[in-house]
Amino acid sequence: MADKRALYEQVILEHNKSPRNFRAMADADRRTEGHNPLCGDHFTIYLKLEGDRIADISFDGAGCAISKSSASVMTSLLKGKTKEEAEAMFVKFHQMITSRPDEPIDEDALGRMAVFSGVRAYPVRIKCAILAWHSMLAGIDGKDEPVSTE
Amino acid sequence: MAMPDHREALDEAASAPLSESDVERIRTDFPILHATRQGKPLVYLDNAATTQKPRQVIGAVNTFYATQNANVHRGVHSLSEAATDAYEEARIKVERFINAQLTCEVVFTRGSTEGINLVAQTFGRQRVGPGDEILVSHMEHHSNIVPWQILCEEKGATLRVAPINRDGELIVDEFERLLSPRTKLAAIVHVSNALGTVNPVKDLIRTAHDHGVPVLVDGAQSGAHLPIDVQDLDCDFFVCSGHKMCGPTGIGVLYGRAEHLDAMPPYQGGGDMILSVSFEKTTYNSLPHKFEAGTPHIAGAIGLGAAIDYLEGIGMERIAAYEQQLLEYGTTLLQGIDGLRIIGTAKDKAGVLSFHLDSAHPHDIAQLLDDEGIAIRAGHHCAQPVMQFFGLPATARASLAFYNTRQELDALGHAIEKVKEVFD
Repeated sequence: MADKRALYEQVILEHNKSPRNFRAMADADRRTEGHNPLCGDHFTIYLKLEGDRIADISFDGAGCAISKSSASVMTSLLKGKTKEEAEAMFVKFHQMITSRPDEPIDEDALGRMAVFSGVRAYPVRIKCAILAWHSMLAGIDGKDEPVSTE
Repeated sequence: MAMPDHREALDEAASAPLSESDVERIRTDFPILHATRQGKPLVYLDNAATTQKPRQVIGAVNTFYATQNANVHRGVHSLSEAATDAYEEARIKVERFINAQLTCEVVFTRGSTEGINLVAQTFGRQRVGPGDEILVSHMEHHSNIVPWQILCEEKGATLRVAPINRDGELIVDEFERLLSPRTKLAAIVHVSNALGTVNPVKDLIRTAHDHGVPVLVDGAQSGAHLPIDVQDLDCDFFVCSGHKMCGPTGIGVLYGRAEHLDAMPPYQGGGDMILSVSFEKTTYNSLPHKFEAGTPHIAGAIGLGAAIDYLEGIGMERIAAYEQQLLEYGTTLLQGIDGLRIIGTAKDKAGVLSFHLDSAHPHDIAQLLDDEGIAIRAGHHCAQPVMQFFGLPATARASLAFYNTRQELDALGHAIEKVKEVFD
């Protein structure tokens, strides 16, 4: 099972067990649902905006270790960022996660997002890793419809 | 086709329970069971999704294409006659296997899903009107829900749902209570793919018939695991899928009582389903060809015939008894794992072990099990109402076949313990 630790990195397991910002936000400005019914991943992303800045971000719901830890890492990275910065991080994450498994990654630029690079070898799990990110983006864009990455 | 030696040996012991050595011999018939995954022997426990194929089935498909390939019911040349004979012989095998009264009551389809859609779009459209009802159960597969929803929407009818209890058993009294003069059809799963529940379909059919309601039985999960006798069940329709009973994909069976099939309009128009065509009037072909428009899946039907020969060579009673032992063994084993809950605890159950772990999501379980060479299913199993009933987004599911062994279940147990180590 050691070979799959590349997928279930320690950081991922840790965020899955103790997710950051894992709470409903009563006074959120935006809330977006992310739902992958085939997997059974179902999260809500809450955003509190101050002008152009993400003053607070949280999530709740249930899903697999990949989707949950990805949401957790994302919320911890985006708090305090501007919408523009958040969108740029989404692009960075999206590019990395959809790249070929053997493609080198820029660890410095990706920061904590890099722990998800192991997902690239498991195409069916990519949708788990990007669910929270797509939901966050929809929230920033002010879209109301639930998001699915299946 | 010559019978393999071991088959004769099995026939001699046809009434004896399947022994470990019988199963070892059976396993030699399945090439894929000797494959490795991730450097480990494949432990295939996703039989409710599709079963593996013995070389007898693979060989029959191969032989057809290599030596008999021609279209059926058309050519005067002898090759076409041979293909037609082989195709119709497969129909006779199905007739015998499910104990239909007449060969013409066996319609080849693409699978259970198409069989249900066929009945919905012909029998259903003919009989169901505004204000009418169709009765299903809470444990149906989506394929026995959606075709009826489409029909109900078109006709202004209502879909009624017979509830289940916490063990995943149909509440029979509620089923009976929901039968009314408005009920035009009951469509009930024989064995639940998500829970393993075996429904008392014979009793349900008798009850429905007492109310004048015809019954379709969804046999997708029962065909390869229980002896089927459509006359004894007294069902009006029965559907099953070839690929879930060791046959090829893309072939299935709809059994319908001749009186129903005769009265039903065709499902699709095309070649083979007509006697004569002019622009003024078309005369439909006799049963079962009225429902088999276009060139059928000839090789698939022949492969299914070979699968039936194979299953009968072992004996359906013996298969059911052996799988029951495996289920009991697996149930005890999984119940011994801390933090594991089995979903679906009906008294009458077939070889399905759906479960939930406190510490890991079903997808993560299936992913780590795959590293051990163990194939199980994770998800909602196309039965979302069942998942909603149990308040779960998904379950992990190990589903058994007669070629599985206790050692494979032991491997499953060990691998689940490893999953817990990773996630606890």
